Amino acid sequence: MLKIEANDSHRVTLTLNGRERSGNARPRTLLSDFLRHELGATGTHVGCEHGVCGACTVRVDGVASRACLMLAVQADGRRVDTVEGLAGDDGPLSDLQAAFRRHHALQCGFCTAGILNSCADFLGRERDPSEAQVRDMLSGHLCRCTGYTGIVRAVLEVAAQRREQRQEERDDV
Amino acid sequence: MEALEQPAAAAPQGEVGRSRERVEDDALLRGAGRYGDDLAVPPGTLHAAVLRSPHAHADIRSVDVTRALAVSGVHTVLTGEDVRNWAAPFPVGVREPMEHWCLAVDRVRYVGEPVAVVVAEDRYAAEDALGLVDVDYGLLSPAVDAEAAAAPEAAVLHEGVGSNVVSERHFHYGEPEDAFAAADHHVSLKVRYPRNSCTPIECYVVLASYDVAAGAYDVSANFQGPFALHSVMARALQVPAPRLRLRTPADSGGSFGIKQGVFPYVVLMALAARKAGAPVKWVEDRLEHLQAASSATNRVSTIEAAVTAEGRVTALRYDQLDDCGAYLRAPEPATFYRMHGTLTGAYDIRHLAVRNRVVLTNKTPTGLNRGFGGPQVYYALERLMQHIAATLGLDPLTVIRRNLVPPEAFPYRAPAGSLLDSGDYPAAVELAERDGGLAELRERRDAARREGRYYGIGFCAAVEPSISNMGYITTVMTPEERRKAGPKNGAVSTATVSVDPLGAVSVHVSSTPQGQGHRTVAAQVVADVLGVPFESVTVNVELDTQKDAWSIASGNYSSRFSGAVAGAVHKAATRVRDRLAGIAAGPLGVAPETVRFAGGRVHAGADDGSASMSFHRVAGAVHWAPGTLPEGEPGGLRETAFWTPPELAAPDEGDHINSSLCYGFVFDYCGVEIDPVTGAVRIDRYVTLHDPGRILNPQLVDGQVRGGFAQGLGAALMEEFAYGDDGSFLAGTLADYLIPTSMEVPEPVILHMETPSPFTPLGAKGVGEGNNMSTPVCIANAVADALGRADIELPLTPARVRGVIGIDEPEPPAGLEPAAAPRGGGSGLRASDSVTMPAPPETVFHRMLEPATLAAIIPGCHELEATGENAYRADVTVGVGMIRARYEARITLSELDPPHSLRLSGVGESAMGSAEGSARVRLTALDDGGTRLDYDYEAAVGGKVAAVGARMLQGAARVIIGQIFTRLAAELGGGQPSWWRRLADRLRGLVGRGGGRS
Ligand code: FES
Ligand code: FES
Repeated sequence: MLKIEANDSHRVTLTLNGRERSGNARPRTLLSDFLRHELGATGTHVGCEHGVCGACTVRVDGVASRACLMLAVQADGRRVDTVEGLAGDDGPLSDLQAAFRRHHALQCGFCTAGILNSCADFLGRERDPSEAQVRDMLSGHLCRCTGYTGIVRAVLEVAAQRREQRQEERDDV
Repeated sequence: MEALEQPAAAAPQGEVGRSRERVEDDALLRGAGRYGDDLAVPPGTLHAAVLRSPHAHADIRSVDVTRALAVSGVHTVLTGEDVRNWAAPFPVGVREPMEHWCLAVDRVRYVGEPVAVVVAEDRYAAEDALGLVDVDYGLLSPAVDAEAAAAPEAAVLHEGVGSNVVSERHFHYGEPEDAFAAADHHVSLKVRYPRNSCTPIECYVVLASYDVAAGAYDVSANFQGPFALHSVMARALQVPAPRLRLRTPADSGGSFGIKQGVFPYVVLMALAARKAGAPVKWVEDRLEHLQAASSATNRVSTIEAAVTAEGRVTALRYDQLDDCGAYLRAPEPATFYRMHGTLTGAYDIRHLAVRNRVVLTNKTPTGLNRGFGGPQVYYALERLMQHIAATLGLDPLTVIRRNLVPPEAFPYRAPAGSLLDSGDYPAAVELAERDGGLAELRERRDAARREGRYYGIGFCAAVEPSISNMGYITTVMTPEERRKAGPKNGAVSTATVSVDPLGAVSVHVSSTPQGQGHRTVAAQVVADVLGVPFESVTVNVELDTQKDAWSIASGNYSSRFSGAVAGAVHKAATRVRDRLAGIAAGPLGVAPETVRFAGGRVHAGADDGSASMSFHRVAGAVHWAPGTLPEGEPGGLRETAFWTPPELAAPDEGDHINSSLCYGFVFDYCGVEIDPVTGAVRIDRYVTLHDPGRILNPQLVDGQVRGGFAQGLGAALMEEFAYGDDGSFLAGTLADYLIPTSMEVPEPVILHMETPSPFTPLGAKGVGEGNNMSTPVCIANAVADALGRADIELPLTPARVRGVIGIDEPEPPAGLEPAAAPRGGGSGLRASDSVTMPAPPETVFHRMLEPATLAAIIPGCHELEATGENAYRADVTVGVGMIRARYEARITLSELDPPHSLRLSGVGESAMGSAEGSARVRLTALDDGGTRLDYDYEAAVGGKVAAVGARMLQGAARVIIGQIFTRLAAELGGGQPSWWRRLADRLRGLVGRGGGRS
């Protein structure tokens, strides 16, 4: 357990996209700033720093969380997954990322990282989501470019694809 | 592929016209985008935070940076004095004696105006020091409302001008008086278009450095253009243009016009870097962005039509008042003139009279915002068309139809000068009516109304201008002033296509995209011209004013990409192709004209069996074997094309201006239902038809339509930059400035038509802004129809709609009522409560007069010193929501009537704004020896803190004031002997030693 001293710099070690990383953070350093500027993981974006826009959403121990509302020291010893980890290094895009591209679910891409993280968390929990559920989940994010249509379509398509895949796997057994 | 010369015919087989997946997306989806805040910074880069005015209107008496400089990590503070030494005010668009500096030098004129820049090792330290810059303000009365500010008695922002109306022009086209005299009806309407913004999710980012030796600035910023503003920045920095190197990052997190407004910060941070002697980076936060970045121009319009009995409009009269905020920041007053030639919209109306006035108020300066000028014009014009129908008892669509420009009239010269290039408006309306299911929607409305529900249908026909004439802004000058200044016109777009020694094709465009997929479309265009695979074309969209081809029209605005920039790309690629054809003709043994490019090969003729060479082989020759080239072929292969349309002439003597090159057509209608209890507007169906000329990439076009629609919906129903009467800003977070989420945005029915433009190389027109223009008024018309009312104001929030329906508000809960806004203006409230004290009234009364008790019971009080009898100065930190403010407070106890009653009052000033509160306290003895303390209070806050919204403040004020008295009870022994007690003892010691610290 990390002992926090005000104004001191602390060593924070976390598992970022499966790899152990550490860096220095002061008690008030936001997780978003730590990821971006200390660890260089600039895929996580910051759009409001007050918890509304959702751009900074990452997964902490698998759960979608606002990196702008968490302190870096709170993430010490935990698993943090960001957009950079969605596709393997140098690997092809994940099914979700590819669906986003197919459905033109992004324009400027600034909101996208956060949305992908929420979707990844959501699709892990919801196997057969309705459009209303998808829209409800997405309502924690602001996208100024797309009007959300492509995003909704991409998420529903991935859910359907994964269901099919699971069905096939069951059939194979 | 024989039709390469005529791109229109090549569409079916080629790249252009296909919904290509975007080349941008792979990197963005992996989190590998390179946005402004992601760029590597030079070693030693410092970080800036901007101190902003908490007041709407005040003189700056002094700025003292001593305490701020003492903060560890702080390097320097840039103030108005430095700015005066090194810079000049920005040039303004009208000839009036007013100055706009990148930093307030002697007076602040809006809440959020930059006053100083703290530069420190990191952002956290810089922000810490902001509160320690001591600024002495002399408050002035503000001018906030546009119409009130235009009145003679209003407080004047720029004394040199003598009035807040800084521009007034009258225009006259045709014979409007005769038409009005002859008309069967005059129908008029007064409307207000509010302030809002398309608020990109990425805020402004600037990274600046200064080279002392060269006297040159080097700045990276997520600026979107127009690059005409480069001249404005260079002039403000007092350097020749090449000594301001401006670069833009590869990716930008949206702009929608708003990132035009970063330009004053380019200058500001350039100066901060000069002062710091080190590179300086500044990343705007959301609160700064909402309150002070930019805004659409709010407008008050009175519009009147001369109408025949059949609903034919023969003349229009506009009286428009634009509120451009505290300064006329370039390119304002362009909101007026971008639409000037198009004030008659999609209608064949020959007579027009216009009065345009620009008023300055104590609000954030306005600027480009998607739809620029369009939402304001159509909100007046299309509300009027609906109102004409309602007044004459006609169907709104009938009135629209009777007035549309007829298809045979194109190209159609509108009375104020726009040359509508192409279209078939009646056919478009018919298509939308049929394919969008208008008949069925009408049945739904009728059915709903039979059940007594509020259901309405709204329409909007709009011409969507694109590719602005850089000369339109000079319409604000009189013809005589223009003669003196010299003509301005045109819109130069540029593109560069090059082929490297291995035959790979690269493209550069100066269109600074902000998410629209320009790289994809440019690659599509070039792939078609050169017959190479789409994947093999690399497109770079970063712009470096020192190395790249650019011109004043470069940048990303007025939907100029598909019409103009893609045309320049086509032109540059065609030049490369023609040179390669000349080189290949010899070896292939044919004339250059017969050479064809397809499949990565250069063919002798049209048929596939003809002799051919690989593309890279032919292209390689220009690099590897220039000696083998035909005579006159210079070798190397890089072509830069500039293209400007001849149709974009300067305004003429009669003030006619073709304000844009292309005019797409948008026709929308929607059905809405209003919840009679909540006032919520639900969109039942929204149909939007677009004729954007030739469509280069259908998926991207639909993406633009959906994005614009969502923003238009926000403007219609949710978004407003609200201000208090004192000019305090009331929409400072995204919880106060509401943006539509996936729950609010329905899927629109999108329909297309393609009438190519005769004036652009590819026949394409812009398509990015139509719904920002059409959707707000279309929804407003539907609400007007549903409620049978004409007095419709945006945004149509549930509360406002309920107000129009006229449902009585229930009484507020007992004990809580909003107070009339006092001095603080922004947010006021009044309430009362009571607490029981474990001591008799005499003790309570006596203790309240003790400074130590006061210090202990006032939440967040750090220091308290007596300044007179029952008067104190204190340092108090208060947090509301995410904002914490440190107030310098004056606390007084008055109206003393021992031991029955007294008044406890406080007034505080902080970097976050002002606060004041006053509580009347009454003490009543209780039988058990205790006291009942009753208090009534009034509180008000202004400035930045007020921006967090009234609801949050009411709660916060109640908690804070409540705490004062529960703490008093605790002090008297009714609660825990807290550390407050210990603190109080300590303070008592300090104060007791005679006046405390200073
Ligand atoms: S940046 Fe975290 S929610 Fe907006
Ligand atoms: S893609 Fe730009 S904000 Fe969502």
